[in-house]
Amino acid sequence: MRIQEVAYARSSDKGDHVDISVFAYTEESYQKLSQMLTAERVRQFFEPMGIGAVECYPVPNLLALKFVVKNALDGGGARSIRADNQGKTWSGALLRLAQEQWGG
Amino acid sequence: MERIRIGAGVGFYGDSFLPALEIIRQGAADFVCFEDLAELTLAILQKDRSRNPQSGYTKDLLPMLEAGLPDALRNHIRIIANAGGLNPQAAGQAVRGLAKKLGLALKVAVVSGDNILDRLPSFLPFSHMETGESLPEQVRERALFANVYLGAWPIVQALQQGADVVITGRVADPSLFLAPLVYGFGWDWDDWDRLALGTVVGHLLECSSQVTGGNHGGHWDAVAGLDQIGFPIADVTQDDQVIITKLPHSGGKISADTVREQLLYEIHDPTAYITPDVVVNVSGAHLEDLGNDRVKVSGIKGGERPARYKALLGYEDGYMGQGMLGYSWPDALKKAQATEKIMRNQMARLNLPVEEIRAEYLGYNSLHGPLASAQCQDDLNEVYLRLAVRTPDRRAAEQISRLMVPLALGGPPTASGLIGVDRVRGLTGLWPSLVERHAVDQLVTVSVEEVTS
Repeated sequence: MRIQEVAYARSSDKGDHVDISVFAYTEESYQKLSQMLTAERVRQFFEPMGIGAVECYPVPNLLALKFVVKNALDGGGARSIRADNQGKTWSGALLRLAQEQWGG
Repeated sequence: MERIRIGAGVGFYGDSFLPALEIIRQGAADFVCFEDLAELTLAILQKDRSRNPQSGYTKDLLPMLEAGLPDALRNHIRIIANAGGLNPQAAGQAVRGLAKKLGLALKVAVVSGDNILDRLPSFLPFSHMETGESLPEQVRERALFANVYLGAWPIVQALQQGADVVITGRVADPSLFLAPLVYGFGWDWDDWDRLALGTVVGHLLECSSQVTGGNHGGHWDAVAGLDQIGFPIADVTQDDQVIITKLPHSGGKISADTVREQLLYEIHDPTAYITPDVVVNVSGAHLEDLGNDRVKVSGIKGGERPARYKALLGYEDGYMGQGMLGYSWPDALKKAQATEKIMRNQMARLNLPVEEIRAEYLGYNSLHGPLASAQCQDDLNEVYLRLAVRTPDRRAAEQISRLMVPLALGGPPTASGLIGVDRVRGLTGLWPSLVERHAVDQLVTVSVEEVTS
């Protein structure tokens, strides 16, 4: 199963942090996602990008998981020299993580 | 007032104001609020102001008002904008001049006092909001701007004094939208649940089209009419009913999916979204999709506002130099990688004082970097090398494109599309802090001036 079939996501910056929300389409996929997408799993995934701690805030009411990836943008969007200096595409990257973990 | 309709003006400096003009032309709102200031925007406006002391506000303010003010006054729509940026006084003066030129009678309010750059000594140690570290002298020396995120109260005062247009500097994004609700409904400043509801209205509208189907991560290809996307309108009643909608026949889409996506956007902890006016808890939010691009929002809770304001200082933190060069199949990626290596060798030979070198391959990994899938790398149709450096020396930054240009002939084959050269950008470091509320509030001024036609 591919995650983008069961959820979507949006991400952006706040200072040096990337803020990512993942939204499940159904209660069932929300349950699966919340088991799989722990803060630690997300931290491991984004580690190659050079990051600090990851916080996870589940919002079951909205079938959503919120992740805050700390110190992720080389000091912030205005200081970063990356093409994606605001972490706008980290949402897309995270969708791919779950896809790989769920298997084909 | 029994019912208040608020329209979104712009979601950032550079956004289109045409959808807002349409809301104004149709008289579909009582207030239209323009959110112009992202973290980076004040750095841009500071550069403007250093060249011309009469500038420092957003350049789209006057064209927008020139196009929209006559209809706004005719339809009794009041305009609130933090477009004043680093120079709300000059912005207010320009607006009054524009009104005279157009022969319009109105009251223009200017809210200022958020800019504390000149008063920084009285706010020291200006400790970093997260690390607690005192503001280092070498950061202070390079400060470009320092502004406090004000709340809604100065705007409420301006509205109470009859302002038709309110120009502010750094007011927190959602506070721009909360203000007309506090003013119109007479909400108390400790009515936390209502303040939270009004703040959520502001949060949903502050990024304009991001709640009407723009940048929608879900079934994005099913959102029709992005070529004429409508901006959101909040319809709020005195008994706290909130409906997020948009103009009929405008493009885009409003659904529970687009609303929850914006509701959680950039707020960090959903149980404690901190604003200058209230701490908002959206975790119990209920979104009811009423159909026809109408979503009802309820279940928002609020808690006491924080004792201190957030302030943000931006400082010069070096330069970015960059260049881009494209390569076609065969071996597109290998050729671009070879060029990266050539550039690195040349930079080392010149002893360029670079602190960071970043090579990205557009079409392969420029956005996801090390997380990009390697599956397709051997057979890319084309790829661009983007090579960027961070350096404290502007001239070193300018060297990057100069080194890259000759490689169109003297590097790997099929190089083409040499673009993005000579774009040196000043980098801005950010230093967030917390400052005492009363120390700032006593600096805040609300001045209302009348223009007679």
